[in-house]
Amino acid sequence: MKRIAVLGAGHVGPVIARLALDAGFEVAIAGSGSPEKIALVTQIVIPGAEPRWVADAVKGADLVVMAIPLHKFANFDPALVAGKLVVDAMNYWPAADGVEETFEDRRYSSSKIVQRRLARSTVVKALNHIGYQDLEDARRPAGSPERRAIGIAGDDPNAVRVVEDVIERTGFDAVRLDSLSAGRLLEPGGSVFGALLSRSEFEHALRVKAA
Amino acid sequence: MSTQPNESTTESTKFPLVFGLDTFGDVTNDADDRPLSHAQTIRDLVEEGVLAEQVGVDFFGIGEHHTDDFPLSAADVVLAAIAARTSRIHVGSAVTVLSSDDPVRVFQRYSTLNAVSNGRAEVILGRGSSIDSFPLFGYDLADYEELFEEKTHLFAELLKGGPVTWEGHTRAALHNQDVVPHTEFGPFPTWIGVGGSPQSVVRAAHYGFSLMLAIIGGSPARFAPFARLFHQALKSFGREPLPVGVHSPGHVAETDEQAREEFWPRYLRVITHVAETRGFAIPTRESFMYEVGPRGALFVGSPETVAQKIASTLPALGANRFDLKYGMGGLSHEALMKNIELYGTQVIPRVRELLHG
Repeated sequence: MKRIAVLGAGHVGPVIARLALDAGFEVAIAGSGSPEKIALVTQIVIPGAEPRWVADAVKGADLVVMAIPLHKFANFDPALVAGKLVVDAMNYWPAADGVEETFEDRRYSSSKIVQRRLARSTVVKALNHIGYQDLEDARRPAGSPERRAIGIAGDDPNAVRVVEDVIERTGFDAVRLDSLSAGRLLEPGGSVFGALLSRSEFEHALRVKAA
Repeated sequence: MSTQPNESTTESTKFPLVFGLDTFGDVTNDADDRPLSHAQTIRDLVEEGVLAEQVGVDFFGIGEHHTDDFPLSAADVVLAAIAARTSRIHVGSAVTVLSSDDPVRVFQRYSTLNAVSNGRAEVILGRGSSIDSFPLFGYDLADYEELFEEKTHLFAELLKGGPVTWEGHTRAALHNQDVVPHTEFGPFPTWIGVGGSPQSVVRAAHYGFSLMLAIIGGSPARFAPFARLFHQALKSFGREPLPVGVHSPGHVAETDEQAREEFWPRYLRVITHVAETRGFAIPTRESFMYEVGPRGALFVGSPETVAQKIASTLPALGANRFDLKYGMGGLSHEALMKNIELYGTQVIPRVRELLHG
């Protein structure tokens, strides 16, 4: 596990790319267009990352973080990430971003809908519930009393374990949820969304919500 | 009357220091803590703009909103009233939600304001943090990017003056169209408000607009790469350097304690209200104190506290302008007037002293 591809060069993608670089991973980043379009942004805001086309970024990556606007997800080609471990850092947030029909099916968590569409990938939900403006400052070394928790939801235990390790290395305590469906607890409107919580506060908030 | 914008510079830029006040026109409460009418709030806002000039503030901005809590849907009309009673202060939008507006109308309104005010109009273009204007005017948020990109391009064309030819998907095409009123002295200052997207920074540089960093949460210092990106992007487009500003929320009172006690319950109520529709976490006293502290984005405190924070933020970001977004739903007009007075008479001179001293 050494190479991460970040898809999305908007608000969230560059922050996650910096987290990954600082944790010692190789990072490729792709926006919606050519690498040239994000070359300057990458050079100055994400020094060390490689700007790539989506397909090139994904090729050779051990893990792919999806941080594209959700309304663009309907047009995302699942074949691009087939066979990959995909971290879904996106949020379905109709009050802020508008309604998306694909994600209005309330039988499923938003990441479950992502997984159903990316049928040949393994999807794990993580990195979605702390605001991008807080992610970098919130990092602390393991054991620090100020270390914050990040929730991880997935159906494949091996995949969850890999993501857990990445999260821990970036400077957060990883808190495992039972399944991708349980990832609903991490969504907008949930008790941990947008909050900076320690592991025990986080676990408590989830229990209260689930009860 | 206090200091004029002068030739002095920050360490990192060649532009003069500029200090503004921005408001979203939050409805204020009366002495019994009941909300005043929209009409009274707007009349009070004109008084606030006039006071801002009297105490030496350089810029007064109003952010477009369309809700019961923020009834400032026609900011340019209020700005014209302020302009008619002032002679020095610049007046502008903070921000204009260009994506759901017509760039031709925005240009016409602000070019008219520029005429009324003798060249004191400015425009800050952006998305803003609320989305009410999209359903109101029949736009789909999913089209946000295309709307903003196209309309920013058209606005840049309009600003050049002279007949405009333009074609796109988001409004009718223009063919050699003269758009009036013409500006007297070339384009008025236009900024793009950026909340966190580096590609918006590049877009501002591409069109030759100044950069206004909207820092409303987290550490102001994390925006430093954006300022560097802006300067590099300007260079790569062959453009001259342009100013960088910071817009952050806050409240100034006589003491730290008074400022916090006045601001906190209003902030808690407003954010809690927004949290329901936006999925924000409800602030705690702890998270509030963090934001008020040196690593947070709230400029709340005594004049000295707020001045120190501004004076450390501007050089860290290579910025030469600071706009304090004052007011928070339910604060009284009197508290806002006190805030403006302290900002103009104490905070601004103190920041100048700290940065030049």
